[in-house]
Amino acid sequence: MQTAPLSDAAKQKLNAVLSRYPNAMAACLPALHLARAEYGHLGDDVVKLVADHLALPVAHVHGVVTFYTMFRREPSGQNVLRVCTNISCMLRGGYEILGAVERELGIKPGQTTPDGCFTLIEEECLAACANAPMMICGARYFLDLVPEKMPELLAELRQTPQTELV
Amino acid sequence: MPATRETRLVTKRFGDEQAKTLAGYVASGGYQALKKALGMQPAAILDEVKKSNLRGRGGAGFPTGMKWGFIPKDAKTTYLVCNADESEPGTCKDRELMYWDPHLLIEGMAIASFALGCHHAYLYIRGEMMREHAVMQAAVDEAYRGGLLGKRVAGSGYELDITVHRGAGAYICGEETSLLNSLEGRRGWPRMKPPFPAVKGLFGQPTIVNNVETLMNVPFIVEQGGGVFAELGMGRSGGTRILCVSGHVNRPGVYELPLGITTRQLIDEVCGGIWKGRKVKAVIPGGSSMPPLDESELDVPIEFDALMTDPRIKEVEVRPGVKFDLGGGKTLRTMAGSGGVVVMDDQADLPAICARIMQFYAHESCGQCTPCREGTGWLARISQRVADGRGLPGDLELMESIAHGIGGNTICALGDAAAWPMLGFLTKFRGEFEAKLAASVAGAA
Ligand SMILES: Cc1cc2nc3c(=O)[nH]c(=O)nc-3n(C[C@H](O)[C@H](O)[C@H](O)COP(=O)(O)O)c2cc1C
Ligand code: SF4
Ligand code: FES
Repeated sequence: MQTAPLSDAAKQKLNAVLSRYPNAMAACLPALHLARAEYGHLGDDVVKLVADHLALPVAHVHGVVTFYTMFRREPSGQNVLRVCTNISCMLRGGYEILGAVERELGIKPGQTTPDGCFTLIEEECLAACANAPMMICGARYFLDLVPEKMPELLAELRQTPQTELV
Repeated sequence: MPATRETRLVTKRFGDEQAKTLAGYVASGGYQALKKALGMQPAAILDEVKKSNLRGRGGAGFPTGMKWGFIPKDAKTTYLVCNADESEPGTCKDRELMYWDPHLLIEGMAIASFALGCHHAYLYIRGEMMREHAVMQAAVDEAYRGGLLGKRVAGSGYELDITVHRGAGAYICGEETSLLNSLEGRRGWPRMKPPFPAVKGLFGQPTIVNNVETLMNVPFIVEQGGGVFAELGMGRSGGTRILCVSGHVNRPGVYELPLGITTRQLIDEVCGGIWKGRKVKAVIPGGSSMPPLDESELDVPIEFDALMTDPRIKEVEVRPGVKFDLGGGKTLRTMAGSGGVVVMDDQADLPAICARIMQFYAHESCGQCTPCREGTGWLARISQRVADGRGLPGDLELMESIAHGIGGNTICALGDAAAWPMLGFLTKFRGEFEAKLAASVAGAA
């Protein structure tokens, strides 16, 4: 499969990004974020494309991509649900929230619903511990969650997806 | 000043939507400190910061003025990096600080940069913080348009760029040398120290890495003077402290409080006591890497030195009767860490909580050093089987010996961050682990 070249808008952004660093390697993470937003995920062809744009070895960019959890190698759902189960959330029912989402969507952490609407991720602490249990979806925070409300909340996200492709 | 009264230096604009805009921020007194700083000698600013007793809020409590002083005098290019990777479990202040008062961070970064002779500062923000990234980027853009960043900062001859740089999901990138590698476009592998970043950091140049809350205190210090800031604090720690309280209290929250407040006052007087009418059993005082406190240890101030030295807090043991040696004859009690206070009630299942903590560190170990890569994995597996009632005889001793083998033997402090709470829980709540083990061994027989 042939990957489309970066859009002009993305190329412009990439040039602006490059001007903020003394060398091209330092633009690696910002460039991969741009590519993520453009292509949805970072398959081998996209990794190569980013490497070419930055004049870096593909192996280097590949190494970077596989180190960071947000650089997904596979397509994800429109909504990426990041449900925290770390201690502060665990103490106030984080696993019950995760269980409620699993039941409602019929998927386990790491999986995507067949309709492509949701990807579920069991997250480590997301820095909203005082409002535990919580999850994020795109730029939206869902705080002080209760299991009974999850079906309603998921229905709302089905209507108005919150992209994280920014 | 009563110990439980909120004192707002860096949270004073919380709840004020207007303050996020440049106009709103300026209207509430913003950027006055930067203007004052630009009229001072950089050395004079450094003196005020030294006098202020400001200590790093990222976890180690290192004196900020002393750290800034490590930049070599003849350095030509220096960098300031703000660490906004906040991901230590239980910690949720930097995210709120950036969300509510982005310009205070920019102002703090600008003053620090001027004092350090730095012309390009980077804000490394955690990748998952999409909302806060948008807020910070908008504020930086507005600061450029308003002439507060760029060629002539606030009309002076000083030039400064600030670049917001997103992480991409890796707890370890909060460790400062890992963060620098990540910022250089590499895998986030921590570097051996020395050389310390202040000597050889970002792009090989002298670099200061400071936490968000640390830098947000700088404008106050410049405006009011380091002495006033020191006065507000206690002992060798100046200013206030933001505590993020989570877990089994009635009113969890992010509170800015005097440093002298004790854990018990925090729980009872600020957070409305333990929920469901229960009693407290354990408290993690500063993020999940810190050894917990038991009920008898709650009357010590949550201040950097007190938590490390107060004899009312027990010393962590490698095994019963043998103290854990931090090196140089120092023993480990606990530390103020990142300000993430996690409160557990009398029904909390501590072995299960401890296993969850171990799972976290095993997941986040970058894998460079054997004791950490292998040890955190073993701690996660063994603590989980103990918590699940599938433990084997000798498991507690095994966990102690693994944790002891990690502590102090790794490139970065993530190894310690796993070992310390493990040993801390076993020192203070051994009975709970033994009970689980007794039940599982009996069940197996
Ligand atoms: C595993 C690990 C994770 C860390 N995570 C953070 C973090 O998320 N934010 C932070 O400010 N400091 C973090 N630190 C501490 C930094 O290495 C560094 O000490 C700090 O940013 C310095 O800033 P300060 O002097 O203002 O505290 C971490 C340290 C370790 C060992
Ligand atoms: S201690 Fe752990 S996280 Fe730190 S460098 Fe070693 S393996 Fe990586
Ligand atoms: S533990 Fe869930 S947000 Fe921090």
